[in-house]
Amino acid sequence: MSNPVLTIANLTKRFGGVTAVSDINLEVMPKETIAIIGPNGAGKTTFYNMVSGRMQPTEGKIMLDGKDITGLPPHKISRLGVSRSFQINNIFPEMTVQENVEVVLSAYHGHSRKLFNIASRNTGIQQEAVDFLKRLGIDSLKEQRAEVISYGDKRLLEIAMVLATQPKLVLLDEPTAGMTPDETRRTTRLIKKLADSGDYTFMITEHDMDVVFNLADRILVMHRGEKLFAGSPEEVKNDPEVRVAYLGEEDDEAVEEAKP
Amino acid sequence: MKTKVLMAILAVVIAGLIAVPWIASYFYVFIFTEILILGLFAASFNLIFGYTGMLSFGHAAFFGIGAYATALVLIHLEWPFLACLLVSMGASALLALMIGFLSVRLNEVYFAMLTLAFGMMVFAIAYQWRSVTNGSDGLAGFTLGSFGLGLDLTLANPSVYYHVVLGIVAIAAIVLYVICRSSFGMILKAIRQNPERVSFAGLNVRTYRLVAFVIAGIFAGLAGGLIAPFLRVASPELLHWSMSAEPILMAILGGTGFFLGPFIGSAAFVLLETWITTYTESWMLVLGIILALMVIFFRKGLLGTAIDWWMEVKK
Repeated sequence: MSNPVLTIANLTKRFGGVTAVSDINLEVMPKETIAIIGPNGAGKTTFYNMVSGRMQPTEGKIMLDGKDITGLPPHKISRLGVSRSFQINNIFPEMTVQENVEVVLSAYHGHSRKLFNIASRNTGIQQEAVDFLKRLGIDSLKEQRAEVISYGDKRLLEIAMVLATQPKLVLLDEPTAGMTPDETRRTTRLIKKLADSGDYTFMITEHDMDVVFNLADRILVMHRGEKLFAGSPEEVKNDPEVRVAYLGEEDDEAVEEAKP
Repeated sequence: MKTKVLMAILAVVIAGLIAVPWIASYFYVFIFTEILILGLFAASFNLIFGYTGMLSFGHAAFFGIGAYATALVLIHLEWPFLACLLVSMGASALLALMIGFLSVRLNEVYFAMLTLAFGMMVFAIAYQWRSVTNGSDGLAGFTLGSFGLGLDLTLANPSVYYHVVLGIVAIAAIVLYVICRSSFGMILKAIRQNPERVSFAGLNVRTYRLVAFVIAGIFAGLAGGLIAPFLRVASPELLHWSMSAEPILMAILGGTGFFLGPFIGSAAFVLLETWITTYTESWMLVLGIILALMVIFFRKGLLGTAIDWWMEVKK
């Protein structure tokens, strides 16, 4: 058995008297796709913010490949191999789609420290950027200004940027939020393909149960900051406690649809 | 096609600038010397403002220390002019490193206020450290000797000095332009648009902001080193916070989104000031009206608006 990519031990975040994330333990194995689900306010995004360095944990440890990364700033955690997307689009609006990826690539390759090259003549990076866009199926948009492409394409662009840092662990925060059903299907297929390629380890939060059951090898259910249940999609679907606490009445439909 | 036309326009402008002493009066030689120096000052400012998105209210500190450094070296050491300019750049680099180190960690209005505060401190030091800076009178009475590199130039001749300034500003502008177009420059633009995304791509945004701040300071110091012999004095006004406003106004006037915008802004600023003050004392009132109109109706500045207009016409 190989070692876990990410080990989370007793991770806790308190804001004043409110405990947003409470005593979470988790191991993420290489090449698996793990989904974190839970109602709004369950602490998913706070959990992400701690793993990616945006917030300092109150207690607990985060280990990446056996190395302690607890409380490091975002740029260091990104360098060590954790890359994330955001719930809202987080791109460079005035640059072209291709340049958006080039920025990340030049950061990754250390070109960003070069003051006297001509960035637009760096064909290696340009080719690499186009390759990443191709993987997300948006290479035809490469010349467009990023702010004018569709909402769904922006989300895909952000995933391309996340992958361009060649991460050991990819955190996607609600990758299909706000997408049309068509875009959601397309995005789910793409992530599935990337996950099946065996190149990436994914952690995904998602509200859309179709997407979750489609992608996840394992699911962590959070409720009010705590781990409610962890297991395979089958187990989660059939766990009575989860059904009551989260999948509840309003999501019955989604669960029904997800059944084979 | 587009680049060819732009290159042609640029070539004509440069040829015109070279020819200024032969076709215009001494009065305009002085005017154009000032335009070039202030243009470099504004262009250095635009590296942090237009490219990186940092609004500094203390950029005159680096311009001023550059002027004082050249004046001091000329008075006490009588080094060649080129060496004076290198000292100016070194002094402003050091000052920018200190002020930048303490300021770049803050954002937006806090950064602006902190740079303003440091700018005022530097002004106060120049104003009160009489034994070195000669207080409110400033340093005067220095003369330019040789240029350096064995070049035999009569720097006291305004036309010669103009050509020296033109040459140095042109080289500095090319270096700045290359930096703006480099991978580093691309990161600066990315930081302006979305600093958080840049840090999640693995870069320490604070370090990049600091490096940009120091580079901008160095070129402002170079501009300061050029202005002291031109004005024949290095005085505290060069460090005053109102002097920090000039590159901001010039950059906005010319267009912050274009590399040459600040130079156009400097030309517009100096020429308008010259022409308007011959008719009325209230030049600031006219400038205020022009700036208000620019910000409300022509956000892209003179150059940006001209380019947009030209694109429209061509369609």
